[in-house]
Amino acid sequence: MKRSAPDPAHVVTSRRDDALAWLTSGIPYIGFLGIEFERRGDELTAVLPFASQNVGNPMIPALHGGVTSAFLEVSAIIALSWATLWEDIEAGRIDPKTLAPGALPSLPKTINFTVDYLRTGLPREAYARARIMRSGRRFASVQVEAWQDNVARPYALGLVHLLMPPSAPQGSPAP
Amino acid sequence: MTANVAIARQFIEAIPHAKTLGMVLTDLGGGQATIIMPYSEKLIGDPVSRVVHGGAVSALMDTAGGAAVMCHPAAPTSTATLDLRIDYMRAATPGQTITARAECYHVTRSVAFIRVTATDEDAASPVATATGSFSIEQSQEWFR
Repeated sequence: MKRSAPDPAHVVTSRRDDALAWLTSGIPYIGFLGIEFERRGDELTAVLPFASQNVGNPMIPALHGGVTSAFLEVSAIIALSWATLWEDIEAGRIDPKTLAPGALPSLPKTINFTVDYLRTGLPREAYARARIMRSGRRFASVQVEAWQDNVARPYALGLVHLLMPPSAPQGSPAP
Repeated sequence: MTANVAIARQFIEAIPHAKTLGMVLTDLGGGQATIIMPYSEKLIGDPVSRVVHGGAVSALMDTAGGAAVMCHPAAPTSTATLDLRIDYMRAATPGQTITARAECYHVTRSVAFIRVTATDEDAASPVATATGSFSIEQSQEWFR
């Protein structure tokens, strides 16, 4: 049996980038906080640029704990959705170019979320990477850590439990 | 209003991110705080259901927890969140204001313990609950 040739590099790259943009750009709260995602293959790093509206204690000044927890939670949800969608994206079953306009991914829902504030959030850029510890049919557990200056010195850790969306075909149109 | 409640109110009302989220402090004193956050399009986390993102609810609960610590009779001069655990019971109804009520139920020299409940207009059915610990920065007079 002869294998079909792999898709050209630019096709693969643009399909992945378009799928990531489709997943993240429809969520107003991600835009409100200014969170961006950098991708290497399937590895995602969430980036939170500094903004004065994200300050909690203006005396220090430090990032608001709520901004940090939201950043961790957003990173976990997007990482989990991305991992869930990956096979369909690679197989071309999800291609934002051919999806109906207004078609949106079904997102997992947070059941609970624990955050440890290890260090003060400094008034500068922050980064987060999530690790999916378990992704089952109904439930998932995701660990996420955020850092600023040194990746080995995280400033916050999160553990998120989520309810998976119903395993209906992805990209169902908005009601 | 006692001096420490006035300081606590000043501390909370100076938080840029609380202003950005439209939070309003409605009740404060004796280690208890109530903060409301009106519904806003920019806080939507799921464009299909138009439900507010859990992150905005956690920012509200974190702020309410900090406010409860600041107005505790121990009168800290400042505080910061050490950890917070949030349980999400149900989606907040789109369009409704979310209210967080926080209580600081125990304080040591260095740590304050809080619990928070968040509700929408159906106050009988909580949207989320949280427990957490906060650091206490203060003069030591209260413990003498």
